[in-house]
Amino acid sequence: MHELGIVFYAIDMVEDLGRENHLSSVSSVTMSIGEVSGVIPSYLADCWRWAADRSDLLRGAELRVETIDAVTVCNACGRTYPTVENGRTCPHCGSDDTVLLRGNEIEVKEIEAC
Amino acid sequence: MDGYRVLEVKQSVFADNDRRAEELRASLRKRGTFLVNLMSSPGSGKTTTLLRAVRELSPELSIAVMEADIDSDVDAAAVSTTGARVIQLHTGGMCHLDAAMCSQGLEGLAADDADLVFLENVGNLVCPAEFDTGASANVTILSVPEGDDKPLKYPLMYQVCDLVLVNKMDVAPYFDFDLEKLRENVALRNPRARVIPICAKTGEGMDEWYQWLRDGVAAWKN
Repeated sequence: MHELGIVFYAIDMVEDLGRENHLSSVSSVTMSIGEVSGVIPSYLADCWRWAADRSDLLRGAELRVETIDAVTVCNACGRTYPTVENGRTCPHCGSDDTVLLRGNEIEVKEIEAC
Repeated sequence: MDGYRVLEVKQSVFADNDRRAEELRASLRKRGTFLVNLMSSPGSGKTTTLLRAVRELSPELSIAVMEADIDSDVDAAAVSTTGARVIQLHTGGMCHLDAAMCSQGLEGLAADDADLVFLENVGNLVCPAEFDTGASANVTILSVPEGDDKPLKYPLMYQVCDLVLVNKMDVAPYFDFDLEKLRENVALRNPRARVIPICAKTGEGMDEWYQWLRDGVAAWKN
């Protein structure tokens, strides 16, 4: 259900773009999904097929998903590390004073349309 | 695929909702209505906590309530017994409420003169945290049986909330629930969030929450 809401928003965004740019058909939509965004790509794909085919502009459009690796920076030692393996604790110095740099994106990156 | 071209978009799917939420917040600020978005998992005691607060604060504040559910009007019927204005919003299968739905609900409620409006969001710890409703403040209720590790499992919910109400404190002796550990876990996610232990059934700790609401309403009007 989480993915369905995201798909509805992505479709609304593409439909707005379609009106602004006088598009008649969209063949693909590429989304950038962060590794720790909580979105499960296979669920997203299922929701996409169901919802996109209800839109005149997006009927049959393919969804492509690009994953963005999650990276965290440590405020204590200044180094970065992969978030998924290490969570909030810096593997270099053990500090918990860390901030996610990227990896929670849920974006529409680009579309192919005419 | 002749004639198809690539259009670069590079926009968060939440951008449109975030813009609407900011507009709604600005209009609430203008008319002095403090909108509290109440979130939690199902069964944490949102409705009980809300009913008690509405009953006890109604003599001093003009209060209205928006109940969001996927279906049914069980909660709205319960709130209507307090005499407060209430509207039931159905999300039609969606697991959260967004700023557009919240705006529509406020229009339907016709509560421009209200000091305080509660939005009881859909019981869910994931999606409601992602969609800004345009509320003045976010409150999440965590009940003791859910455990003190919830802020670690649902980080975004705790990042976006201003206040954590720890409900069902009366049963704490029967569970492995460590209030200090919970405070640490909340602070790890969000050092600004306040934590108030309550029991909506016995009334324990509720006065502190009411004062938080009074302060919020007063600050919002300034």
